[in-house]
Amino acid sequence: MIIYPILIPLVFAIITVLFWENQRVKRALSIISTGLLMIVNINIFFVVYREGIQVVQVGDWPAPFGISLVVDLFSAIMLLTTSIVAFLLAFYSVDGIDLARRKYGYFPLFQFLLVGVNGALCTGDLFNLYVWFEVMLMSSFVLIALGGERTQIEGAIKYVILNLLASTLFLSAIGLTYNLAGTLNMADLALRLQAVSSSGQVTVIAVLFLVAFGIKSAIFPLFFWLPASYHTPPVTITALFSALLTKVGMYTLIRFFTLLFPFESEYTHTIILISAGFTMLTGVLGAAAQTDLRRLLSFHIISQIGYIFMGLGLFTEYAIAASIYFLVHIILAKTALFLSAGMVESIQGSFDLKKLGGLYKHRVGLSMLFLLPALSVAGLPPFSGFFAKLGLIIAGLESKQYFIIGLALFVSLMTLFSMTKVWNEAYWKPPKDPQYADQQKPVSRWRLAPVIIIVVLSVLLGLFANPVFEVCQMAAAQLMDPSQYIRAVLGMVR
Amino acid sequence: MLFLMAIAAGVLFAAGIFMILRRSMVKVLVGILLLGYAANLLLFNAAPLIRGAPPLIDPVIGVPTVYADPVPQALILTAIVISFGVTAFAVVLIRRAYAVTGTGDLDNMHCTDIPCESEEILSDLEDEIL
Amino acid sequence: MQRSIILPVATRFLMPLMLVFSIFLLLRGHNEVGGGFVGGLVAASALMLYAISTSPSALWRLLPLDPRFIAAIGLLISLFSGFISMFYEKPFMTNMWIEAPLPVLGKIGTPTLFDLGVYILVVGVVVWILLEFAEDE
Repeated sequence: MIIYPILIPLVFAIITVLFWENQRVKRALSIISTGLLMIVNINIFFVVYREGIQVVQVGDWPAPFGISLVVDLFSAIMLLTTSIVAFLLAFYSVDGIDLARRKYGYFPLFQFLLVGVNGALCTGDLFNLYVWFEVMLMSSFVLIALGGERTQIEGAIKYVILNLLASTLFLSAIGLTYNLAGTLNMADLALRLQAVSSSGQVTVIAVLFLVAFGIKSAIFPLFFWLPASYHTPPVTITALFSALLTKVGMYTLIRFFTLLFPFESEYTHTIILISAGFTMLTGVLGAAAQTDLRRLLSFHIISQIGYIFMGLGLFTEYAIAASIYFLVHIILAKTALFLSAGMVESIQGSFDLKKLGGLYKHRVGLSMLFLLPALSVAGLPPFSGFFAKLGLIIAGLESKQYFIIGLALFVSLMTLFSMTKVWNEAYWKPPKDPQYADQQKPVSRWRLAPVIIIVVLSVLLGLFANPVFEVCQMAAAQLMDPSQYIRAVLGMVR
Repeated sequence: MLFLMAIAAGVLFAAGIFMILRRSMVKVLVGILLLGYAANLLLFNAAPLIRGAPPLIDPVIGVPTVYADPVPQALILTAIVISFGVTAFAVVLIRRAYAVTGTGDLDNMHCTDIPCESEEILSDLEDEIL
Repeated sequence: MQRSIILPVATRFLMPLMLVFSIFLLLRGHNEVGGGFVGGLVAASALMLYAISTSPSALWRLLPLDPRFIAAIGLLISLFSGFISMFYEKPFMTNMWIEAPLPVLGKIGTPTLFDLGVYILVVGVVVWILLEFAEDE
């Protein structure tokens, strides 16, 4: 059953290519596909929740030789969250993507991106992971360059070059791993790397993977491509990237450092903690200097990545659980913020905070769609961001890492400051230019409905923090005890 | 042999890194390609290099004492196919970038940091379609 | 510019040869050197040779379908070959073979179908990319 998250978008991607000329059919297909995907992933989540880790050996080859697909609770949570966001974005794309981009293959690329993301979340094989990452990257390359405006092309060049560099590092690390362990199956690898844990080569490989996925998930000091490229495509595509791409990089880092490299923790986890601190700080300071709404939110992606990374650096079960909760929270809240920014642009025609203004006076409801996720990202109770950060801070107190806690709290305050700035500039202050004073331009229902749903989901995540966090703790318990994963994958042979 | 291969991979890595530090877009692309070759060569050396031994295990005879490992070759084939696709896209992108920005110098590409007047290629495209 | 006559004349002989060779590569690919990807590249280069010696628009007329659709159909065939084993309640992409080897074609099974899909996909994608280049000129 766990092959379906990969097959559904793949089949629909092909069918969408066959209907290249028919915009309505492509649009409908993309909604049907993501809808189906969401249903399948809800189902997978409950199966994994009840019955434990699910494994499929593709091609019926036994485990360490063939490619295994593995879904544990962490993968299932990620699959569920990304597919919900994808479903809502499919609706938003109806109005949020212009005709030229729809003509030039936006919808098939959207599906191929999902194929790559779901593949990366499901696979239990190192090289297969590389292939899925490339599928994902290729679609994102085209998506970011689609349209061909000057800023977009320039952003795309930076994005493409740095990500290709990361892929090369990833491939080299795979080669070194195979040399060391003679296997690429992640469960088998976990067993064999334990046997050679004294060797410094494992640490070298671990750091190589850290750099490769660090570039892909934009951690300090490897994040420079993100603020240079994420704000260039239309906001729908930026929301898609922020919800899926960097988060899948983060997912892989958590997977690798809990399953493959849990023992060299002294060395790598110190690096991770330091890097996490700087990621948070540079992200939020970068955001403070911005007046363009999209750029500002792009910098916040980096700062929030730092929090997830911090949970990995603390490396206790509670911290990992908090990181997983944070991932779910940030995917929902960040998407909501980007999509609200897209609606602001559709009303006032600009992302520039200096030009915007007065939205609250005319559009109270619309303002709430920004305010709620903004407060959530800033970490105010009773929203999900508060509980996510609370979890991380409790975990930090338990491991006595007071410095990073202080930093996390400070960054949280800075985030609140940044969000207040946006709120004042875009919503509260009277518009400078009288032409923006007329706020009667309607917002399409295709845009409004998904944003409302995603904001409601985000708020619900905060209100029902306890049960969700318990599921995250179960997932973290699975991650911190790799023997469950190994037994699920290899157990069938022996 | 392994020593020579290691040297070759090292030289390719060095050349690739030198090239991606250049300012010209085309040279950066060449650098990325060289790095890709270097990574492939590294993968090739991941298993011991053995000549004249079978890669397949006969179920009757059992595991032979000397056998060649076919996995790295399979991985490289996949990686080559992927880099073929990526290169094709990168070439198209660079051509496009040259057409849009009128320069091949990466130092002149600062529109993503400092807003500059962009020719609205997209709106032209839209007009064309409509 | 005056076109050289040598290339068109040579292409007239080379193109069918290359196409046949590509199919040969496709069919022997399972246990020997060859396969769908290489075969597809050879076939695509034959088509590109034709486009260079005549004109890209002539290639457009030669192709039965838009290269996009050719690529999509190839991918669909490959994907379908993975589904066959699911009808027999085996995991996705399990290899299934026809017991007796067929004349000329040899041993036929789902990997052959998969390779055929790859072949068509590669032809479609390469022609698509190169025609896109030609249109820019």
